[in-house]
Amino acid sequence: MVAAMSNSAAVAASAWVTTFLERLPAPVGELEAVQWRGREALSRQPLPSRRQEDWRFTDLAALTALAPALAPALAPASEQGRWPEPAAGVVRLWLDAPGDPLAGQSLPAGLSLLDADEVQQALGHTLATCNCEQHWPVELNQASAPRVLALRVSAVVAPTLELVSQAAGDGVMRPVRVLLLLEEKASLEVLQVQLGSGSSLTSLVIEAHLGRESTLRHGLLALGEGPACFLGHLAVEQEPRSLLESVWASHGWALSRFEPRVVQVDGEATTSLKALQLADGQQLADTHSRVEFRGPEGQLDQLHKAIADDRGRSVFNGAVKVPRAAQRTNASQLSRNLLISNQARIDTKPELEIVADDVRCAHGATVSRLQTDELFYLQSRGLSAAVAAGLLKRGFCEEVLRALPAAAAPWRPLQRLLGEI
Amino acid sequence: MIRPEADTLLEIVDLQARVEDKPILKGVNLTIKAGEIHAVMGRNGSGKSTLSKVLAGHPSYVVTGGRVLYRGANLLDLEPEQRARLGLFLGFQYPVEIPGVSNLEFLRVSTNARRSEKGEEELDTFAFEDLVRERLQVVQMDPAFLERSVNEGFSGGEKKRNEILQMALLDPLVAILDETDSGLDIDALRIVAGGVNHLASPDNATLLITHYQRLLDVITPDYVHVMAGGRILRTGGKELALELEDRGYDWVDQELAVLEVA
Ligand SMILES: Nc1ncnc2c1ncn2[C@@H]1O[C@H](COP(=O)(O)OP(=O)(O)O)[C@@H](O)[C@H]1O
Ligand SMILES: [Mg+2]
Repeated sequence: MVAAMSNSAAVAASAWVTTFLERLPAPVGELEAVQWRGREALSRQPLPSRRQEDWRFTDLAALTALAPALAPALAPASEQGRWPEPAAGVVRLWLDAPGDPLAGQSLPAGLSLLDADEVQQALGHTLATCNCEQHWPVELNQASAPRVLALRVSAVVAPTLELVSQAAGDGVMRPVRVLLLLEEKASLEVLQVQLGSGSSLTSLVIEAHLGRESTLRHGLLALGEGPACFLGHLAVEQEPRSLLESVWASHGWALSRFEPRVVQVDGEATTSLKALQLADGQQLADTHSRVEFRGPEGQLDQLHKAIADDRGRSVFNGAVKVPRAAQRTNASQLSRNLLISNQARIDTKPELEIVADDVRCAHGATVSRLQTDELFYLQSRGLSAAVAAGLLKRGFCEEVLRALPAAAAPWRPLQRLLGEI
Repeated sequence: MIRPEADTLLEIVDLQARVEDKPILKGVNLTIKAGEIHAVMGRNGSGKSTLSKVLAGHPSYVVTGGRVLYRGANLLDLEPEQRARLGLFLGFQYPVEIPGVSNLEFLRVSTNARRSEKGEEELDTFAFEDLVRERLQVVQMDPAFLERSVNEGFSGGEKKRNEILQMALLDPLVAILDETDSGLDIDALRIVAGGVNHLASPDNATLLITHYQRLLDVITPDYVHVMAGGRILRTGGKELALELEDRGYDWVDQELAVLEVA
């Protein structure tokens, strides 16, 4: 039997969602209408089924093993303590702050908050463009997110914006929602850090609209522990001559799934997606990306790397859509995987849908082992087998990690990803 | 430099080994004492690289007979990294490229592994940079290579210089250099040979694997061994290398044929 959800599993799934919905506080605040909408959607569609192509390889057992209730009063202020000092020139916002995350901070020049009417108008627009507003992880976020960080970027913003959120402890659910509107020629670098531990669930939805000639550099460092789960969704709408550079690195979640969805509305934009996911123990790390070109001369450069060890499992599905209107698209997608143990598993699948005829689309996928000759070379210089394997893994990770915003350095992403600290 | 009273560093006795069920080494005997420079010559496929990898502990090669003593202890019982820390060095015929691993970091970690075995203190990043810059001069290598990934995109000659740089940092007691001369132009050959001569001392020993006389014009061996069919067929002084250059390897093949019939 392949991936079909049995009857009893379906019943259990709907019970999980019912409990989840019951524990949510009554809809309230600026997102009240959105919360209603998300909750209705979830009661209609309790959980994605593995019969859906998109979820075929994604076992949600780790998610339904949690019993998440929305952390009622956001986070205790004490939680901030153990984070590294932000690097110079970085403005850090703590997204889970009990009060206003901006309290006591002034936004750097070029950034401003959207007012309630603007939020009303803009929220969900990019999700709709990307055809994902009814997507399950999005509805989960809509059902539960108490607020949204909604920013207008009207110029080149010099400091890097660092957004930190942490789901620490059992029974915590941390829904985070971010909306970014980049005006023509504006530019912003964002580093998002998502930390999770205990039986917690992090749900992240980011929407970004990139106006003409604007630039968004987005780094996401998602570090979990134990049974913690992560569901992330990044929807980006790109106008011509805009640039998106997204870098994402994750490790440690019992289940993580990240879904970048990019639409180049009139082509002619540049999209760069780089990802590194590690899965060991019993972890499942999943990336489902989709890039769609709705006009000519778009560019995509995508690199997805994964390491699977122990009984870990890595899933990558990279959809690229090049319809007839998207002539002279230049897209490349590469999936490179390192399989460390015999019990680990890697599923990688490019999904190219190319209708236009005058295009250059290259894709490739490799799955390899640590190379005996590389290990031996290092050992023959006095490095133990374990240190040698560690160096090779670091080498593999480096290519993606060095693309993270410089603001990531104090978090020591390499050491954290490799479990060295 | 041959001194009868010198310590024996490496003693190989009737060493036999196979790879993928194919016997390659069929009884190698070789003794190396401190201060000596040995050259092993022989046709392609005679087993020279296999010998060097067995000595360094490559997991693909299985020892099926004989023994190897390194300073009196059983070398074959040791993990490859232990052999290296104790001062056995292999300069690879084909140095391996390791993308994403910084050459400088690699050199530092390996140097410190050897230093702590010798009871010397480990070097921090700054102290190590000083040391490496000094040793770079031995091989006249551009410091820019330190910033690159290990051997990645290095030319053949650059890789070989990187090997000698590692040798200069690790300060081995027995250095096995597997065709360090091949693929080098004459200038690079001089630099590499200069490095080897510079590092040779009465306390250490060098085993040069080569099939060209030209390396032996710049490094004078105390002994020359001819390898064929997984054995050392003949041992002589430096004049044996000249004889090989004059007469070629055909007579070696004939001697080997006689041996294999017997
Ligand atoms: N890893 C290996 N797998 C299979 N055969 C090997 C391997 N290494 C060496 N051999 C074989 O062993 C023999 C000796 O090779 P090698 O030691 O490289 O010789 P040399 O260095 O003298 O040219 C050759 O026939 C070669 O094909
Ligand atoms: Mg060889």
